[in-house]
Amino acid sequence: MKHSETTGKPVEKRQETNLPEGAPLIIQDHYEIDYRHSYAQDSPFFVGLSQGRLLGSRCTGCRYMYATPRAHCMECGAPTTWEALPPTGRVHTFTVCYYGGESFLKETPFLLVLVEFAQVNTLFLSRLKGIPLEEVQIGLPIRPQFSDTPTFKVTDVWFEPIDHS
Amino acid sequence: MRPVYMISGGITKFAKAHPEKDFRLMVKEAYDAALQDVPDLSKDMIDGGVGSYFSDHFTRQLKAASMAQDYLGLCPKPSKRVEGGGATGGLCFQSAWEAIASGRMHCCVAFGFETMSRVNTWKGNEFIALASDTNFDFPVGGFYSGYYAMMVNRHMHEFGTTVEQMAMVSVKNHLNALYNPYAQKAKRLTVKQVRESPMVANPLTMEDICTMSDGAAVCILADETIAEQVCDRPVHITGIGSGSDAMRMADRPHGKVPLLPHEQESDYARLKYPGVHSFRAGRMAAKLAYEMAGIRNPLEELSFVELHDAYTSSEIQTYEDLGLCKYGEGGGFIEKGIPFMPGIEYGLPLPDQGRFPVNPSGGLLACGHPVGATGLMQAVFAFWQLQGTIEKHLGSSALQLRDPRRGLIHSHAGTGTYITVSILERT
Ligand SMILES: [Zn+2]
Repeated sequence: MKHSETTGKPVEKRQETNLPEGAPLIIQDHYEIDYRHSYAQDSPFFVGLSQGRLLGSRCTGCRYMYATPRAHCMECGAPTTWEALPPTGRVHTFTVCYYGGESFLKETPFLLVLVEFAQVNTLFLSRLKGIPLEEVQIGLPIRPQFSDTPTFKVTDVWFEPIDHS
Repeated sequence: MRPVYMISGGITKFAKAHPEKDFRLMVKEAYDAALQDVPDLSKDMIDGGVGSYFSDHFTRQLKAASMAQDYLGLCPKPSKRVEGGGATGGLCFQSAWEAIASGRMHCCVAFGFETMSRVNTWKGNEFIALASDTNFDFPVGGFYSGYYAMMVNRHMHEFGTTVEQMAMVSVKNHLNALYNPYAQKAKRLTVKQVRESPMVANPLTMEDICTMSDGAAVCILADETIAEQVCDRPVHITGIGSGSDAMRMADRPHGKVPLLPHEQESDYARLKYPGVHSFRAGRMAAKLAYEMAGIRNPLEELSFVELHDAYTSSEIQTYEDLGLCKYGEGGGFIEKGIPFMPGIEYGLPLPDQGRFPVNPSGGLLACGHPVGATGLMQAVFAFWQLQGTIEKHLGSSALQLRDPRRGLIHSHAGTGTYITVSILERT
């Protein structure tokens, strides 16, 4: 969390002299926090990314296959097991973001894609890289790429077109 | 369940920022405006309140609804906060309805607010995106406009919806708002101007997207006894519905369309539903509300809709969820002019102009979207519309529909994770 206009410390200025009568007094109020965040039952997915593996979840009850993992099935409630996703997928839908949340602004423009895999019931959200923005279309064959320097975030994986890589 | 009536409503003007008023004062202004219309309602007739605001990040004050409750002088009466993303206001309205319908209260104040101006627009976008899965969605590029852009790209792919059809929604809602002094962003636009405004997330431009706002809204709901006692023209709330869907768009399973009475399974033989192109929660909410209100064909049996148009695309998607047209026909619905207001010149060829007005108020696109207030604002506009008091409250009769009998309000959260539909009827 970075504010260019703040020093990282709470700033309060007396404005006795400059404040017009009746005007609201506005102060800068900095706020920052580090969380101890556990991926808990989803941890194997993130460990998998660091090892170059993209894992989905297969329901042990109804066999529903999830591209974005979950430990229990939304359809029947049974536990799922980890199962590697197919090595390639296709663009189900996409967009080019020219703006974004503050922490993503420096990365614009970037491509977001929902990835579909054959025989998998749900989708996976990721970035698409290595392609001119105007060449992306629904149905484009793509495959995952993994970071060599994992940060244990979902961004340790992204997708690239199959012919470009 | 006992019949429930809306007896009054009030709103502050929505604005980019209201640094001279905190959320308590904004709520107080909306509350006082509502009380002014029901002078015979005394404080001892009010049994409690329900407060709604979306984000603790924006407010930087936990238990803020308690502070609004005490500012209104409603302590020690029962109170609570309702939160459900963008549908916060709609859920708050329904929570007040439940209090009356169950017999727990005779009169309940639903109040909602948001102060979004305390951070810059892009930090605000980040806060909103925290209402997406923070393990799997947010880190990839947490940005709601990006999520909605992906949804509408799929809608365009499935159904042939066009960016010009989306732009027509923007033209309609911004122009309707010229007659609504509460709106934040009223203006006359052309389809070309909408398309030429800066691209945010392809295909959505700045003019396809609502803005952040500061604002508050209040609805007062009551049972029949109090409604008859204090209000000349109470509005009967005859249908309540809500629905939900998976937080992650990627998880939306493909199945069959939950059908409305006027639809058949063969209408959607080849449609994988909801995919990411439709809002199953909205369909569920509509289905339940129509069942309660006894509506079999919404286009024939409703007079107007105020719906959650955070994006021009989501207005088109919502026409379909509400069954105003079939899935896939939303683009044609706007192109024919059906949801435009009658009697207003939009500068567009509109063969069926005004047949079924949607967002006469200007919607979120033009009024603004102070999240916790938004769903209640829609209720207030619908209430005035059904009371026939638009001219009294907006200073112009341009947006007053002739003889409206029944209206629908629709409040929507996340990428369609919670959606509410409520039906209001003239008495
Ligand atoms: Zn299962």
